[in-house]
Amino acid sequence: MHPLLKAIFSASFAASILRVTTPILFAALGSVVADLSGVVNIALEGMMLISALVGVIVSAFTGSAWMGFFAGAAAGVLVGLVLGYFHLKLRTNVILAGIALNLLASQGTVFVLYAVAHDKGVSSSLPSKVMPEVQLPIIKDIPVLGPIIGKQNILTYMSLIAVVVIYLFLYKTSFGLRLRAVGENPDAADSVGISVHKVRFIALAISGALAGMGGVHLSMGYVSWFSRNMTSGRGFIALAAKALGRTHPIGAFFASLLFGLTDALSNYMQSLRVPGEFIQMIPYVVTLVVLAVYSGRQLKSGRFSNE
Amino acid sequence: MTRNTWFELLRTGVAIAVALLIGFVVTWLVSESPGEAFGYFLKGPFTSIRRLGAFLEAAVPLTFTGLAVSLVFSAGQFNMGAEGHFFIGAVAATAAGIFFDLPPVIHTLVCLAAGMAAGAIGGFIPGILKARWNASELVASLMLNYVFLKLGMYLITYHLRDPSAGALVSLPLKETSWLPQFTRTTKLHAGILVMFLAVFLCYYFLYRTTKGYEARMTGHNISFARYSGIPVLSVMLLVQVLGGAVAGLGGAVEMLGIYRRFQWQASPGYGFDGVIIAILARNNPLLVPVAAVFLAYLRVGADVMALYADVSAEMVSIIQAVIILLVTAEAFLAGYRHRLTLKEVKQRASAS
Repeated sequence: MHPLLKAIFSASFAASILRVTTPILFAALGSVVADLSGVVNIALEGMMLISALVGVIVSAFTGSAWMGFFAGAAAGVLVGLVLGYFHLKLRTNVILAGIALNLLASQGTVFVLYAVAHDKGVSSSLPSKVMPEVQLPIIKDIPVLGPIIGKQNILTYMSLIAVVVIYLFLYKTSFGLRLRAVGENPDAADSVGISVHKVRFIALAISGALAGMGGVHLSMGYVSWFSRNMTSGRGFIALAAKALGRTHPIGAFFASLLFGLTDALSNYMQSLRVPGEFIQMIPYVVTLVVLAVYSGRQLKSGRFSNE
Repeated sequence: MTRNTWFELLRTGVAIAVALLIGFVVTWLVSESPGEAFGYFLKGPFTSIRRLGAFLEAAVPLTFTGLAVSLVFSAGQFNMGAEGHFFIGAVAATAAGIFFDLPPVIHTLVCLAAGMAAGAIGGFIPGILKARWNASELVASLMLNYVFLKLGMYLITYHLRDPSAGALVSLPLKETSWLPQFTRTTKLHAGILVMFLAVFLCYYFLYRTTKGYEARMTGHNISFARYSGIPVLSVMLLVQVLGGAVAGLGGAVEMLGIYRRFQWQASPGYGFDGVIIAILARNNPLLVPVAAVFLAYLRVGADVMALYADVSAEMVSIIQAVIILLVTAEAFLAGYRHRLTLKEVKQRASAS
């Protein structure tokens, strides 16, 4: 068998899919929450990037990975609230506000990195921590499944738990119902006394926290440093995962897995004698194709039916 | 000047002032000598002829991307592809400049056309995905930016590379394809004329043709546009193709006028600056060069500051983000506008 195929059908490949899915999944869940409340959050990319840097800096200065994690998640919340302030209070177009925040994040993180670490590329001069790997006691001994999900970064497990938590939150709690009501019909929600602004602010804060955890995974789990623009479009791929997953947490999970798969494939194919540029293109091309194919289905099912 | 124009000018001015103030606060936080650093930033572009030249040169590519974004934004399309279109346009012009053997002028025109065509294809893809399948042009164009960057680097590395050069650069473009530079001290070049032509054509398209009117109507109120029989889907597609062509043309002009061999390793960021320019210019092509000059001023100022002071050039992104946020915030200074309106109404009432 070709060594690449052999590698792909190994448990370590399956494990690596889960690993690279983690940041996309966190961000996709963040996108689902914001979207259901009626706000298109395209600032996910920037939130992830800012949290990735904050996590590294705080963990380096406190010496604690968990402090870095909480600071990173809090940074995501803060960016979410800033987005909320401009969109909800100052009535900035939400897409343009997202673009502004992404721009700020992509350059601003380099600015801060330079101010803190005197380097514009990577943070390797900072003694930052990584989130721990966890071995699940019984599961790790199950054949096939064990090597895949038995030992992963704690953030990978948290992302899987987050799928369930966000699902329960959105569909089994009264606040989740209110959140969806606000997204479905803000006027109706307002008429029964739900504060649309308040709900959307909270949704954006949750969205930011989730994206922030995804960012922290990138710089404190996936690798152990921050590098400029290390998100490389994952925040936008998460938007596609949300669309493919029909704005539902479970759907977003499977969609994120698909994008994780292409990401992992492109990592494994670096060894092939194909120009690296083409291999690096795969995740983006797949996202484009999925976007087109999926949206096509949506169109047939009635939208824009008058054309 | 109508009250509305006056108010928009004021709002833009206040937004820029607030942004610069925040920029100064940030500089003050990180710098040992913030006053000096910020002084370099503000005065930098005027400190030598060469820098003044660099500042005006930078306005040229920024005008092209600003025009491209203005076109798509006018029709309410959030196509962020200008970055990738500019890049792939530059690659296409490089290829045409290396491979073709043509007489002067004609060679230049062929290279410009190659850049436009590459950009137009780049605009067509998200456009058709949106028009036919209702796929988000925002996500599609951002994904395509990565694809174009990788594709461009592949072409440069494997097909256009100069093997005798130490760094990863393309072969030099043939002299017949160059856009001539005017002076020796600066790199100001004939591409400026192409730029003014593009400004005029974009203005003419948006404000003097039926399709342009339909595009603006689609951007203004898509439901109304559809109701009044405007073929909104084909309009969406058209502006994205045109926007792509203009950005691609910008990339080509930059290659033929300034660099004459491809030497970027990463996308130069003109496309995202184009978004800010379109916002400042309110999507009006005639105002785009003015906004582009301002953005170029910020860019060169930041470079000068990074050269002489302990603040990195990325500081300018903070200023840019605040400008976008405040200029597009409908409620920013809305209270003032309300009072202004009230005052006028009262005056008219007492006069009659």
